[in-house]
Amino acid sequence: MERPLTQHIHPDGTTRTLREYVKTGGYRCLQRLSSGLAPKDLQRLVTDAGLRGRGGGGFLTGTKWSFVPMGADAPKPKYIVANGDEMEPGTFKDRVLMEGDPHGLVEGMILAGYAIDAEVGYIFLRGEYHLSAQRLTEAIAEAYAAGYLGTPLPGTGFRFDLHLHASAGRYICGEETALINALEGKRAVPRAKPPFPQTVGLWGKPTVVQNVETLYNIPHIVNQGSDWYHRLSRTQDGGTKIYGISGRVANPGWWELPLGTTAREVLEQHAGGMADGVCFRGLLPGGISTAFMTEEHLDLPLDFSSIPPEIGRLGTATMIVLDDHTCPVGFVLNLEKFFARESCGWCTPCREGLPWVAKLLMSFEEGRATSEDLSLLKMHTKWLAPGHTFCGLAPGAMAPLQSALKYFHDDFERHISTRGCPWSKKSSQQKVLV
Amino acid sequence: MLSEIERRELEDAVKHYPDKRGAAIDALLTIQRRRGWISDDTLFEIAQFLEITAEDLDSVATFYNLVFRKPVGRHVAFMCDSISCWIKGCEQVQEQIKKLYDVDLGQTTSDGRLTVLPIACLGQCERAPALLIDQDVYGNVTPEKIEQIVEKYK
Repeated sequence: MERPLTQHIHPDGTTRTLREYVKTGGYRCLQRLSSGLAPKDLQRLVTDAGLRGRGGGGFLTGTKWSFVPMGADAPKPKYIVANGDEMEPGTFKDRVLMEGDPHGLVEGMILAGYAIDAEVGYIFLRGEYHLSAQRLTEAIAEAYAAGYLGTPLPGTGFRFDLHLHASAGRYICGEETALINALEGKRAVPRAKPPFPQTVGLWGKPTVVQNVETLYNIPHIVNQGSDWYHRLSRTQDGGTKIYGISGRVANPGWWELPLGTTAREVLEQHAGGMADGVCFRGLLPGGISTAFMTEEHLDLPLDFSSIPPEIGRLGTATMIVLDDHTCPVGFVLNLEKFFARESCGWCTPCREGLPWVAKLLMSFEEGRATSEDLSLLKMHTKWLAPGHTFCGLAPGAMAPLQSALKYFHDDFERHISTRGCPWSKKSSQQKVLV
Repeated sequence: MLSEIERRELEDAVKHYPDKRGAAIDALLTIQRRRGWISDDTLFEIAQFLEITAEDLDSVATFYNLVFRKPVGRHVAFMCDSISCWIKGCEQVQEQIKKLYDVDLGQTTSDGRLTVLPIACLGQCERAPALLIDQDVYGNVTPEKIEQIVEKYK
């Protein structure tokens, strides 16, 4: 099984230097640009490969690029931005890549920049990733010294500059237009779309924002072609995916696997099943803005096309497992407290609705909830549904709540009828030792 | 007044942006590394350098979790309280910190040694519960191990 993104990452956690990266074929594909692969050709290659955004959106990279104005009349400069603001709870895949193989991101950025004729790139990194920041800073300096950055690429006239922007910690910065405001030094609230960033983005110029893992794929597509890339996957979406798992499983971790691997395989074969003494109840497939999946969904191929929308979506593919020693209401309360705290406050439904949801869930945990509170929770999943808020944060927050109300309805009812949490604090402390 | 060194660091930071205010976050974090936190006076000095109003800069400074608009201790412990860490018992770790150092979330120990703050998912979910002290990450933390970890920070 091929693992193009992670095969060279050192198991001991040390980073890879430029010399090591070049030795394993790194930066080799820049020669193809020099020998005549035009930006349009690169766009077509990535479109044919079927590369889809790994940040959770699953948007086709080639299509995203195709909206950028090209040619002599296009506005200048254009920007390419790596979204490394990995703050989605349960998600740690981009950190693995940036710490383990920082040059892969630099090379991916150069290629993405070339594809849309962007002169400048920014890596937008969450402020808490100090080790990633240090290793990317070193990698960028090495790439400048070696002439991959800051000097015209032979035979092309393309010159690319790359800067690292360390953010200061706020979940909403992962939303691409909020990220653009943050990069401009403004309060990171989302912008209205349209206009889309591909035409009017950073400082009003055409800008493409892409997830870190997505960018790591591009050098491999250029080196080995779109047919090879499709063969890596088990489904119609191309490539591999970094799948992760956390919660009470035997062996939490991450694995680069073919797209379309099932949750059951990740859980049972790679993570070694559930931890001793606990049973599986459900999982969030990719971060906390995705809907719960239960036993009946474990054999669905996890990719961007195979999960029916009425069940949910893949998100970041880093799963969080709910076990039977953990209260599902308490679990969802933790998620909604996070969303309420990280709401940027720009639009009223999100700013006011999420704290309300958190308070309602708290009343279940504290034994004060009535059946009216249960109806109020259900109504919030409609009031904060897509189309009712300025960006996707609150609708994302409703995905786990709505599905929890469906799959764990009896547990909500039990909190009402027994006037408290059946997984009371005292017992959960004992069970934490499990 | 910004010191000569601080001014030079800010001049380096703005080089990466077509417009000075693009460096707002870099500037706040750079000066905070030297001064510990962003006082009103510091905010004015940075705003002046960036050629924006202090109110405008404060709208940025108050937005982010890692910019401190109040004094903090010599060390800052960020306790991840997101879902994977919650499942694995971050609340018990936090209770132990409270017991050992008499400090709640959002507070600083009376000797000014340690500030404890909650933080959004630290991206260390495979080794939950996790915490970050200054720039050091710790995973698989337990109430039993926490004293040994914190004792490294005087």
